[in-house]
Amino acid sequence: MGAASPQAPALAGTWCRLHPLSPLARVGISLGVIVAAVGIPTVSGGQASSGGLGDLIVVVAVALLAMGTAVVSWLVTRWRVVGDELQIDTGLIYRQSLRFPLRRVQAVDIVAPLTARLLGLAEVRVISAGTGHHQHGRLAYLSNQDAAAVRAQLLALAHGLAAETPEPPALPLFRVDNGRLIAASLLRGAWLVVLVLVAVVVILAAVSPAGAGTAAGRGGTEAAASLLSGIVTGVLALGLDVARSVNGDFDFTIGEAPDGLRLRRGLLQKRHETIPYGRVQAVRLIQPLLWRPFGWARVELDVARQPEARGQGEARQLAHLLAPVATMEQARWLIGRVAPGAPATLTRSGAPPRRALVRAPLMYHYLSIWHDQRWLVTQTGRVRPATVIVPLEKVQSIRLSSGPLLRLLRLANLRVDTAGRRWVGEALCRDQAEAAALVDQLSELARRARRLSW
Amino acid sequence: MEYRRPSPRMWIARQTVLGLSSLLLAAIVGTAGVILWGGRGGLIGIGVCLALAAATWFVERGRYRSWGYLERDEDLVVRRGLVFHRLTVVPFGRMQFVDVTAGPVDRLFDLATVQLHTAAAATDARIPGLRSADAAQLRDRLAALGEARTSGI
Repeated sequence: MGAASPQAPALAGTWCRLHPLSPLARVGISLGVIVAAVGIPTVSGGQASSGGLGDLIVVVAVALLAMGTAVVSWLVTRWRVVGDELQIDTGLIYRQSLRFPLRRVQAVDIVAPLTARLLGLAEVRVISAGTGHHQHGRLAYLSNQDAAAVRAQLLALAHGLAAETPEPPALPLFRVDNGRLIAASLLRGAWLVVLVLVAVVVILAAVSPAGAGTAAGRGGTEAAASLLSGIVTGVLALGLDVARSVNGDFDFTIGEAPDGLRLRRGLLQKRHETIPYGRVQAVRLIQPLLWRPFGWARVELDVARQPEARGQGEARQLAHLLAPVATMEQARWLIGRVAPGAPATLTRSGAPPRRALVRAPLMYHYLSIWHDQRWLVTQTGRVRPATVIVPLEKVQSIRLSSGPLLRLLRLANLRVDTAGRRWVGEALCRDQAEAAALVDQLSELARRARRLSW
Repeated sequence: MEYRRPSPRMWIARQTVLGLSSLLLAAIVGTAGVILWGGRGGLIGIGVCLALAAATWFVERGRYRSWGYLERDEDLVVRRGLVFHRLTVVPFGRMQFVDVTAGPVDRLFDLATVQLHTAAAATDARIPGLRSADAAQLRDRLAALGEARTSGI
């Protein structure tokens, strides 16, 4: 598994190509979709035979083009690990030379989409901090053993250990029950919207027969029909979303290894993520409205990352979950593991003064803060409480702001930024004097925490 | 400790820009008023423009006065805002890089803006209206402090 291992000479500093089957794995799914989309109507004889032949030619051409692009991309991509740097050279027309200093590695993920899994391949994704290029280091694809070896070595180097250090074993920490995961995914606030719409349709349908002949009656029926089609589309989209989240978080397990937390999840596409200790920028606990009767919560975790260059889908995938769904007890225990000493939920003792009700009537009952030498915990939310835990040693800047209304009430908002870019520790509507004192206190505590950690 | 303020030149620059643009606006509105409604319309148009300019002048003065920055032992504090007060504290150890920018008007008045960047996107620490030499000095000082106190993300 070490640098001397015969499967991966790239780890010893020799330029290597990715696995020869990578083009196939890369094209696989999209090719299947294209063939199915154009091929099935052709074969089933839905169209004239001449049109069918034309379609077939198009399919073959597209397939060849996609395959050719993938092969060329495979041919021009090389990678290696030299010293404490991962180097990737890629691109036919625009040459790109990517360098990832391993000291800045925030997390290493192994992702195996369905086609890659069938071929025994996996992608290694290196998430590193820092500005400049908007890219993560992606090695798509390596054989499963190579991927594991690469991850082990990158993490060892990221921790400043010798490259040959074998991957330490992980102790199972927590696993999510699949039944509960499915139930929790189905319980979404969006269903309430669907219910309301259905009620509207029913009312419209009930009202319209009364004046069936009149223009108003017809208008009602038409409105109901268009609403109905809207509802069907909405439900389909919602169903897809549920399926995607179940697929993504299926068989969720967390292991604790000396080099970090190991997360495994996925039904069709397997993901294997490792988050080194000390790279956690913030932890968040959410209790969605519909989950509260069951006492469930979701725990998320943030590492430093570049601004997402790609779409929302990708960003969503990159969010690290500590638990897609857990009981409050489990959530407390998990938070105790990653943020020892920080409370998972806050009491009203950290609530802002009562006059904040004027500024935040809907949010007031959740607003609260707490801090000690190491953690700042803030709670916000209108219909569902969201608790954000920020390690003070990770604080990037502290902001104090107040508008005219807040000043009139002698209140101010305090925000604490980290490099995670996702969540901000928000202490809203605090007393002005308290907030000003808190700024000084928190910067002092953050300074001390940084000293200790360095 | 006292907050340090942007250079008074910044106020001169703001006033010059405000004065010239409101004169131009008054001329256009006045001419249009004269053409459409005669001499009285022109006078009213010019009057409205000047009143707007005066109101803007007061707001701009308040905004100019609200800017301030403080270099402490371990961090930089920037405050700003007339209606919405904002205060940002950036520890020197968290600075990723420091930018000095100067637009065309700024360059005319020998001014520059110093901006601090941290690893967090939300950080907004900007000090406008410094003399170019002061800005360069501040940048070097901040860079040196950042270098000395830098800590890992």
